Amino acid sequence: MSTFFVNRNRVDVSSDVAPDTPLLWILRDSLKLTGTKYGCGLGLCGACTVLIEGKPARSCQVPLSSIRLGTDVTTIEGLATREARAVQAAWQKLDVPQCGYCQSGQVISAASLLAGNRRPSDADIDRAMAGNICRCATYVRIRAAIKEAAATLG
Amino acid sequence: MHRNRMEVTRRAFLKVVGAAGGGLTLAIGILPAAALAAAANRVAGAGAAAAPAFAPNAFLTIARDSSVTVIVKHVEVGQGTYTGLPTLVADELDAAWSQVRVEGAPADAKLYHNLLWGPMQGTGGSTSLAEAFDQYRAAGAAARAMLVAAAAARWRVPADTIEVRNGIVSHGTKKATFGELAADAAKQPLPASPAVKDPKRFVYIGTHVPRTDSKVKSTGTAIYTQDIHLQGMLTAVVARAPRFGAQVKSIDAAALKGLPGIRFVVEVPHGVAVVGNSFWDAKKGRDALKVTWDDASGFRYSSSDILAEFRRQIAAPGTIARSEGDAAKALAGAARKLDAEFEFPYLAHAAMEPMNCVVRYDGDRAEVWNGEQFQTADQAAIAKVLGIAPEKVAIHQLFGGGSFGRRANPHSDYVVEAATIVKGLAVQGQRGVPVKLVWTREDDMHAGYYRPASLHSMHAGLDAAGSLVAWQHRIVTQSILAGSPFAAMVANGVDPTSVEGAADIGYAIPNLAVDLHSPEIAVPVQWWRSVGHTHTAFAVETFIDEAAQAAGKDPVEFRKALLAHQPRQLAALTLAADKAGWAKPLAPGATGTKRGRGVAVHKSFNTAVAEIAEVTVAADGSFKVDRVVCAVECGLAVNPDIVRAQMEGGIGYGLAAALFGEITIKDGAPVQSNFNDYRVLRINEMPAVEVHIVPSAAKPTGVGEPGVPPIAPAVANAIAMAGGRRLRRLPLTLAA
Repeated sequence: MSTFFVNRNRVDVSSDVAPDTPLLWILRDSLKLTGTKYGCGLGLCGACTVLIEGKPARSCQVPLSSIRLGTDVTTIEGLATREARAVQAAWQKLDVPQCGYCQSGQVISAASLLAGNRRPSDADIDRAMAGNICRCATYVRIRAAIKEAAATLG
Repeated sequence: MHRNRMEVTRRAFLKVVGAAGGGLTLAIGILPAAALAAAANRVAGAGAAAAPAFAPNAFLTIARDSSVTVIVKHVEVGQGTYTGLPTLVADELDAAWSQVRVEGAPADAKLYHNLLWGPMQGTGGSTSLAEAFDQYRAAGAAARAMLVAAAAARWRVPADTIEVRNGIVSHGTKKATFGELAADAAKQPLPASPAVKDPKRFVYIGTHVPRTDSKVKSTGTAIYTQDIHLQGMLTAVVARAPRFGAQVKSIDAAALKGLPGIRFVVEVPHGVAVVGNSFWDAKKGRDALKVTWDDASGFRYSSSDILAEFRRQIAAPGTIARSEGDAAKALAGAARKLDAEFEFPYLAHAAMEPMNCVVRYDGDRAEVWNGEQFQTADQAAIAKVLGIAPEKVAIHQLFGGGSFGRRANPHSDYVVEAATIVKGLAVQGQRGVPVKLVWTREDDMHAGYYRPASLHSMHAGLDAAGSLVAWQHRIVTQSILAGSPFAAMVANGVDPTSVEGAADIGYAIPNLAVDLHSPEIAVPVQWWRSVGHTHTAFAVETFIDEAAQAAGKDPVEFRKALLAHQPRQLAALTLAADKAGWAKPLAPGATGTKRGRGVAVHKSFNTAVAEIAEVTVAADGSFKVDRVVCAVECGLAVNPDIVRAQMEGGIGYGLAAALFGEITIKDGAPVQSNFNDYRVLRINEMPAVEVHIVPSAAKPTGVGEPGVPPIAPAVANAIAMAGGRRLRRLPLTLAA
């Protein structure tokens, strides 16, 4: 059995669950936490981004067998930091999302950026967000909303 | 604090063992179908008092709690229709924006057909707002008139002395909410032709109204097809033929024995579905399944063979799509001649949400959960597979995680696949078991239905004064419409989607000839955001730029002179040039780099867009698009911020194709499979974008697609202006 935490809830995964099952599908199919999206399955698009021990990770690339006992996983549903709230407010104020499918991952990456850098430059934003694809190309607004969120965080 | 404990096992996916108090943030358990459908259809949730008390027409309902639910007949795939159409209703109704809820319409051709498409309900061609503008305004106006009539009767005052403002109906000191009047309003006669507002009285139309879906899409709570979980639902993943046209010869499911969670194997039109308890189970089963394919009659071409076939065809005249004057003669007599050939690859749509569909079939009726773009066509296709009447197929509309045309498949490919699987299950005695078909990214990219590849041959003639006197444009590309249920739209041998943007070229050229070859190639093709304009705009706008250069004229002025009778293009071009500071020289770049500025203007779906791109070219030939100034003439901008968003997004989507987009075919099969080899635009490649809207009171035209066509030619023209080559093949590559 494997035990870890998702959004502070304890998850016990029984040993008959295949060890190669990616965290993404445990979240989506088992826990019904569907805010974390499947986009590519290869860690190329960032739609499945979650926080593992507070750091952004592509959950499609995290097999169950690699999740250490007691690991803390945070998904979009459990994201509640000041940075995350500021990002989500800015996302709404600037109407960033179009189709919206990638935006959980974008929000998590943006909140992580702001947690470590309260005044990100365009270059900082591009570096931190380049792993998150948006096919609607909402990138202009993502940049603006990250700056808006940074401003509200003071 | 750990508030909850969950168990993940094979059998019981989720058990809540103990919950310590309230405030749970997790969605626990499996929602019943009805609750999920309601949650999915309703963007902003409605309370207990939200049962409709007044349903004046098919487009809105008003509940006792005064919430106004607008039923949107188009799919929301990001274009903003879940905001745009409700804005029309709310304005005519004089509702408060906070009252407005949104629900996706069911499939019903009678009530919800696209007014520009005849009897069919569907979304595409940038028509959502354009086609429904009058209809949704009238729907709101009718409801308002009935609320007013109810208030007039209640207060015994003339209707024309009653005011409605921000969701409150009033007469002097008497006030009532919509909810208070709803039951009485329902008894009022339907107005035959409700008067819509004088545009001077618009309160929302033309202003910034926040999107109805931003909150759910910023918090991970928006429900897409991929997110549907129903009681007892299984997941299907399909083993697909390795090359187009191959058929299943035999299936060896022996390798599936011992694999956990595998439930059924079902043959579908282009492959074999493995149905399992979860995605991961089904995917592992699919990967293990051995299928022998009969590809004796299969497609074996590679991209080079396709291009060779195109070249063979382009040498001879094609079917005439447009002819003015005598282009051949004028060309022969021209003082200066230009020739060019353009190559365009196949393009995958690559929406973020790969294709998927949930179907439940109980042997008599079917329910479908889908980000459904071709509602009544898909409904009919599913009904045909299942052998039931179309009205027995109920479609629950969901958000689409992008589409760019893909979810409107002319052959209903992925929904037919899903329907075939549940039919197979029914045959195996499993009626009523819901199945979610999930395509992997690789499945999505390999399934075809690409933007067709094409080859263009162009000739232009200038007279001694530098005026454009002759223009010949020959296109070779597969027909999207031929062989599809929309084949009747092919007129006189010309598929209009192959020549749009070329045959209806806006430039006044006295001698003009556009002709077309439509080779039959087994690679399935379909509309891709802006369809034929994706290639015709590039050919026309880069070639006209070459003509301007050859004539020694400014590219903006040269175009303007030829667009004197095209007010939309002219207005967009003039505004973009003004805002971009076209008259002033472009600031130089860093030492060793060259900068260039290029322009393109193109009308598609009745909307004109001009884009001016600024590009920096490095010494090694790599280049970066720094900034794009865009101007759009789309008639009345109902929601200017959404218009801007669609231009920004269109530029990014078009730029991905300009810089990277290419599906190559090898031995009958697509080569690219995921975002590693089919690159798309990332944030570090996105230029700064400025969007300006030409003020207009004309009836609105679409904005979902028209931002796409001008970007690639604007960038190519900018590269040429920076001293680079004239690039005539996409994706654009300058490095030697």
